[in-house]
Amino acid sequence: MAADHEQHPLFLPLIFVGGLLFGFGLGFSHMAQPEVVLNFLQFEDFGLLFVMFGAAIVTGITFFGIKQIRTTAPLTGDTYVRRLKTLDKNVVIGGGIFGVGWGLSGICPGAAYASLGIGNYAILWGILGMFIGAYIQGFWRSTRAEQGSQATTAD
Amino acid sequence: MTATIIVAMLAELFPNGISHYAVGGLFVGLGAAVIYLGTGIAPGASTFLESTLSYGSSLSRFQQYRPSRDWRVVFTLGIVAGAAVYALAFQDGIWTTDVQWWRLLFGGVLVGIGTRVGKGCTSGHGVCGVGSVSGTSFVGVATFLFVAIGVAQLVQALGVSP
Repeated sequence: MAADHEQHPLFLPLIFVGGLLFGFGLGFSHMAQPEVVLNFLQFEDFGLLFVMFGAAIVTGITFFGIKQIRTTAPLTGDTYVRRLKTLDKNVVIGGGIFGVGWGLSGICPGAAYASLGIGNYAILWGILGMFIGAYIQGFWRSTRAEQGSQATTAD
Repeated sequence: MTATIIVAMLAELFPNGISHYAVGGLFVGLGAAVIYLGTGIAPGASTFLESTLSYGSSLSRFQQYRPSRDWRVVFTLGIVAGAAVYALAFQDGIWTTDVQWWRLLFGGVLVGIGTRVGKGCTSGHGVCGVGSVSGTSFVGVATFLFVAIGVAQLVQALGVSP
């Protein structure tokens, strides 16, 4: 699907602009600082709730509102539909593993990329770790899938 | 009297105020919204980890993301650049964390495994999924939020700081 997206000359520029706004917001909200996230998790500053729900309100209004105005996206022709992920035990198991990592380090993927942008070179440890983790689960699941077991490869 | 109590409570819960959190959150949402309006894609940040591994690994798990891997690199570069714009405008020089390297590394490994097994992270589930009123994402967010709170409090109780 996305291979076609890139044929529109504005596709990648728009993605970049979206990333710019997204990263600026993570910097401005201090989410790019693991200490601030840890302060939230340790109940010392609940500001993170305003970041996550503030952002979700904007996306919620956008996702809902645009459907009332048009049916397809201008750069891809894709229909504005909710592409919901299925709820299975992986959501809870993976969410739990993510939670342990997030609580230990105070970093999540988007905030880690943004952290690099504010000059926090030490975050490269975290980004390296994320790639290792993504590789471990990918290796494990690919191997299991090839062995013909009914591993859940759904995403 | 009541007003005083409320103000005192808010100062306790939000010692650094709320404005930069709320404004930052609006920008995060705006970034995701701009991409959705133009392309119909609700972007998440953690798929980048697997889609980027497809450049160097032929594992089927990573190759399935091949069609989206280029734009995901662009999205991530945008996030880095956007944070750099913030830093240039509002920050004195570079900012570095005091959180110890081993917490970042081992925490990162678990974040890498967990976000991919759990089908999303704080942006995919937290921002886009909650915005879509997705039941799956509510479950995902509730799970990683409660577990992370427990672990962070435990780590603090064990005296690991920063």
